[in-house]
Amino acid sequence: MEILRYAIYRFGTMLLTLLVVSVMVFAIINLPPGDYLSNQIAELRASGQSAGVAKAEFLRTEYALDRPLYQQYLIWVGFIPGPHGFSGLIQGNFGWSFEFDQPVAEIVGDSLWLTVLVNLAAVLFVYLVALPLGVIAAARSRTWVDYTSAFVGYLGLATPNFLLALILFYYGHKYFDLPIGGLMDPIYEGEPLSWDKTKSILIHLIVPTFVIGTSGAAAMMQRLRANLLDELGKPYVETAVAKGMAPARMLTKYPLRMAFNPFVADIGNLLPSMVSGSVLVSVVLGLQTIGPTLLTALKTQDLFLSAFVLMFVALLTLMGTMISDVLLVLLDPRIRYEGRET
Amino acid sequence: MTELPDGRFVDDAPYDANVSLQQLERTDLDAPNWVLIWRQFKTHKLGLISGIFLLVSYLMLPFAGFIAPYTANERHPDHLYSPPQSINFFHEGEFIGPYIYPMTSEANLETFQWEFVPDTDNPAKLEFFCEGKEYGLAGFIPTNTHLFCAPGDATIFLWGSDRLGRDVFSRILYGAQLSLTVGIIGITVSFLLGITFGSIAGYFGGRIDWCVNRVIEILRSLPELPLWLALSAAVPSNWGPVAVFFIISVILGILDWPGLARSVRAKFLSLREEEYVRAAEMMGASPGRVIRKHMLPNFMSHLIASATLSIPAMILGETALSFLGLGLRAPAVSWGVMLNDAQNLASIEIYPWTAIPMLPIIIVVLAFNFLGDGLRDSLDPYQH
Repeated sequence: MEILRYAIYRFGTMLLTLLVVSVMVFAIINLPPGDYLSNQIAELRASGQSAGVAKAEFLRTEYALDRPLYQQYLIWVGFIPGPHGFSGLIQGNFGWSFEFDQPVAEIVGDSLWLTVLVNLAAVLFVYLVALPLGVIAAARSRTWVDYTSAFVGYLGLATPNFLLALILFYYGHKYFDLPIGGLMDPIYEGEPLSWDKTKSILIHLIVPTFVIGTSGAAAMMQRLRANLLDELGKPYVETAVAKGMAPARMLTKYPLRMAFNPFVADIGNLLPSMVSGSVLVSVVLGLQTIGPTLLTALKTQDLFLSAFVLMFVALLTLMGTMISDVLLVLLDPRIRYEGRET
Repeated sequence: MTELPDGRFVDDAPYDANVSLQQLERTDLDAPNWVLIWRQFKTHKLGLISGIFLLVSYLMLPFAGFIAPYTANERHPDHLYSPPQSINFFHEGEFIGPYIYPMTSEANLETFQWEFVPDTDNPAKLEFFCEGKEYGLAGFIPTNTHLFCAPGDATIFLWGSDRLGRDVFSRILYGAQLSLTVGIIGITVSFLLGITFGSIAGYFGGRIDWCVNRVIEILRSLPELPLWLALSAAVPSNWGPVAVFFIISVILGILDWPGLARSVRAKFLSLREEEYVRAAEMMGASPGRVIRKHMLPNFMSHLIASATLSIPAMILGETALSFLGLGLRAPAVSWGVMLNDAQNLASIEIYPWTAIPMLPIIIVVLAFNFLGDGLRDSLDPYQH
């Protein structure tokens, strides 16, 4: 039951954080002088189209953009009634995109799930790659395996994500016939989920996952290696070796367990940078995730769309961190329930 | 050495009654802290090489215009997408000093590409300390002397030319001026914020600590890039390149401080209970003085090492922002702006040299990482 209480407590703090984040996001979005509608109205006036001006003015009152900023915020979140009663994020109304002239929910639609999918795949990749490589690098430290993996790791940390994406895409297509661009074959877009569509998505996922996950995997691997090396120097390991325990069994039974904690805890640090990476890589590779939408929305000052995307990205990282925290407690009961201090 | 009957060993050397007992046997261990750190750091070869490389790169910045054969935005309309030219020394088995083969371009009407043919009969010897376009040495001394350039109509594109016929090599040197300083300005901002908030939280504790800690947690849990994007989108588009450059570096720094503040805070929490801090407080030192004079110097070196490790993130951040078109914009030249040209698969395939700016990025980021690692390892001179 203790764990349930902790999960609820953790959920509560997440909601509070989200609230603060929403204020921050709204403030940042409103930083640039002018907004989409005023720009449009000025443009329409200049070209003498009064009908359009009327529509823009209508939209302005419709979305309460004529009110003071703090009221706009409260209406957007759904704390106070707007022109149409309570209809904000809490009520499930994500607002209107002026640029695309559509509700935000419709524009982001599928891309939300694809964003989650891409990030999940990247996290999985990080674990699958970092765990064995880190263990091998520690067990065979100061051999060519160690040096090679360290070198590749450093290179992964230092190469800008987007370039790696372009280069891998090019060579992946040239030598392995991997598809270029997008997250699925165009023929499956808008189709219901089927076996073929899943397969197509999986093949398209290979390069993005690799690109997004590499730097994270490199960092994780180095940390796992360092932790494991610390453990391997301890007397109990020596005892186990002296008693004639098989190396592989010895390694997995004790030191690995000890070194494993930071592995789970680290996801909190890792996730923000991976989500960042996925936004960037999506823009470069034209994946149908939320990244490209964010970029256009920010460039055109599309208020509600960019605010929603930023909120979603924040939610994604916060959720991931929360899950990893709860998992960590499940894994290691010694950890205090009241938040962890590192 | 003689053994006395009771089993003790005594040195045979005559005893000097005037020798000071205060004097240490090995004065080299009593050196100031920075000497000890330096001694340790010297053994870290990779870190040392990286440090020297970075020092040279930064010292080169004011002279970028001198080393570069062309200025940053000088166009060669006849040499669009010219491939890299190499400097040779032996022409037909004969040593004639550094020279290049002049290139002539021809339009291939089937592929719609420029094709470049080297004229191997007329080697053009390089000129040194020659005159070219005017530029500002260190930004303000107008001069037109370049370290080397090609004679007459010949061109020298060591790393090829780009879409507008600008020399990639020269632009990389000019781009270094912005790309390398972004990290320094950003880390200064982040350093100031991090030390201020971290020390206030750690020293005073209580409610202030709680507030700062929550802010740190929230900022750390958010993905950086989307926030960078949102903040840079807020930069008015009519600002000049210099203003944009400064504001971008500040933005990079603003989101980086929580990590630093966290380590400062942790250090302060443990140092606060030390006797010398108590003593200083008892003697009536103000909190500001205790923090600055007594506590900060204790782990300044440690902070510098971790700052070195976070500069790469800023350099990569600037590159990413400029690459996406939300950071620095042409006519400003930075490595990210240059890579903007290499954004599509076509240029990777047909004009791979437009992606060359990625090499300096990788090298500089690696160098900062190695330097930081080396510094961190050598900070505890007594440990080894």
